[in-house]
Amino acid sequence: MSSDSAAHVEVTFAKLGSNSKRLLSAGVSWGFVLPAIAVYGFVIVYPMIAGTGFAFTDWDGLSNDRSFVGLENFRRLASDPQARASISTTLVMAGSLLVAKIVIGLLLALALNTQIRTRNFLRMIFFMPVVLTPVIMSFVWRYIFSSNGALNQLLEAAGLGNWEQQWLGDPGWALFCVIFVTSWSQVGLAMVIFLAGLQKVPEELIEAAKIDGAGPVRRLWSVILPMLAPAMTVNVVIALITGLKFFDQIYVLTAGGPGYATETMSTIIYKTSFQFGEFGYGSSIALVFAIIVATIVYSATYLLKKREIEHV
Amino acid sequence: MSKRYTIGSFLLEIVMIAVAAVFAFPIYILIVLAFKSEENWREAPLSVPLDPYLGNFSAGWSQAYLGDAIFSSALVVICSLLVLVAIGAPAAYFVARCKPRLGYGLYVFFLAGMILPFQLALIPLYQTMRDIQLLGSPASLVLFYAGLQMPFTIFLYAGFIRTIPRAYEEAAKIDGAGELLTFVAVVMPLLRPITGTVLILNGVFIWNDFLTPLLYLSGSDWATVPVAIFSFVDQYVTEWGTIFAALLIGVLPVLATFLVLQRSMIRGFASGVKG
Repeated sequence: MSSDSAAHVEVTFAKLGSNSKRLLSAGVSWGFVLPAIAVYGFVIVYPMIAGTGFAFTDWDGLSNDRSFVGLENFRRLASDPQARASISTTLVMAGSLLVAKIVIGLLLALALNTQIRTRNFLRMIFFMPVVLTPVIMSFVWRYIFSSNGALNQLLEAAGLGNWEQQWLGDPGWALFCVIFVTSWSQVGLAMVIFLAGLQKVPEELIEAAKIDGAGPVRRLWSVILPMLAPAMTVNVVIALITGLKFFDQIYVLTAGGPGYATETMSTIIYKTSFQFGEFGYGSSIALVFAIIVATIVYSATYLLKKREIEHV
Repeated sequence: MSKRYTIGSFLLEIVMIAVAAVFAFPIYILIVLAFKSEENWREAPLSVPLDPYLGNFSAGWSQAYLGDAIFSSALVVICSLLVLVAIGAPAAYFVARCKPRLGYGLYVFFLAGMILPFQLALIPLYQTMRDIQLLGSPASLVLFYAGLQMPFTIFLYAGFIRTIPRAYEEAAKIDGAGELLTFVAVVMPLLRPITGTVLILNGVFIWNDFLTPLLYLSGSDWATVPVAIFSFVDQYVTEWGTIFAALLIGVLPVLATFLVLQRSMIRGFASGVKG
């Protein structure tokens, strides 16, 4: 906007007088935001408050009578081996996904931020799993990992028959497979966010570091990574939020099994509530889950933001 | 970072193509198996089928009720997106233009819904939907996604609106336009770029979502694609050709959209998913 028209606006303001000036700066009327608050309140806020209340009852989801049982559900949770295992599995999965996304996502972004000719095509390939329906691709992976599936066929064809495994039947391998598939579906997202960050790193800065004698590792560590701090924050937060909440991939690949080796809080809440009808107990696990997620995501955001500011 | 294509670039290129081949392996398997007959699968499960067998597709299409499912998914996605834009954009306009302290309060209010796991609301909302008899109807999902994705939609819009100078709106007001007219005729057209991002990110999420449609719609005539695929595969665990044809048809709408819009989709995800 030119200063001319800005001046014109000023003059008009003066003419309109102080009354309309207040009107103009008063913002927008509440009617604009109320429908959104109503829908969000109905779908998220009210049910979350109600869910918190259910956590202290023994409700089965069907009958009308439910009684307040205090902390009974939480006591049960503390001594329920399956629920306790699901908490640590959730943390292991989210942690592994975080590391995989940051390390592999960054490596892919650095590799594609070069002169290689296929970079646009490769970016598309690496990103594609992010948008493909998780349920569908998890069925493909379930076939690949099945006992007479593609992975074992490949190993046999390569003469590595003795490496064949019951990939989803062994507790350790099943957890690995679930982490692998979720990472496969998510590293492309970290990659494109890092790529967008890398494009903002000025070429001269890297050239200057090179002239000063910094090798590739030093340049990455001391020049590029600090410049990527905002992209890093975004990636860590997204990785934690998605990593803690995975459901589709686990439900299709292993349904929490074998035993409860790949059971996470998401799957156990679903099973407890909708397969076993224990809405009260399910709600209490969900409440603990919500507290864990909020604490982790809040602390991570706080620490990363602090770090970002220190670097700038 | 160097501008020249060196021998190092060539080696990197080879390595990256190999990594990409591993990444694309499930997509290769998905396509190849959909075109294999049972016999061909038994003989050579990994090879490219030289005489592609098409019978899987009609079987998968009808046995998984994919026509109905794609219609149902499309209906839910389109209606949800319409509601999200119609309600989310004006709400974001309010958030971006109100006093900073109120804006921050609303930000925290909506942020909670993005961070906290939805599982906490899952059971009571299921109960409410049952009470108002919306279970089994696609309307339940439209309502659900309008609420679930509202915070994210408002964040995208509000971030963008803050970069638009107020002078446009003020000029319109001086010309005598009311709030609503100003928003519809002046602000909304300026929001076109971010509306694209809003549609892409929410559209992909809603199309792919599984748990809530499973709870609300399974067993009804309105199963969405992920739910229809899930119930189909659970029944026909051994006919791989038919299953893979169904999986391929199920993923095709997303895959085709991605191949056509990949540049803007990648840009949208890279800029938009900022939580």
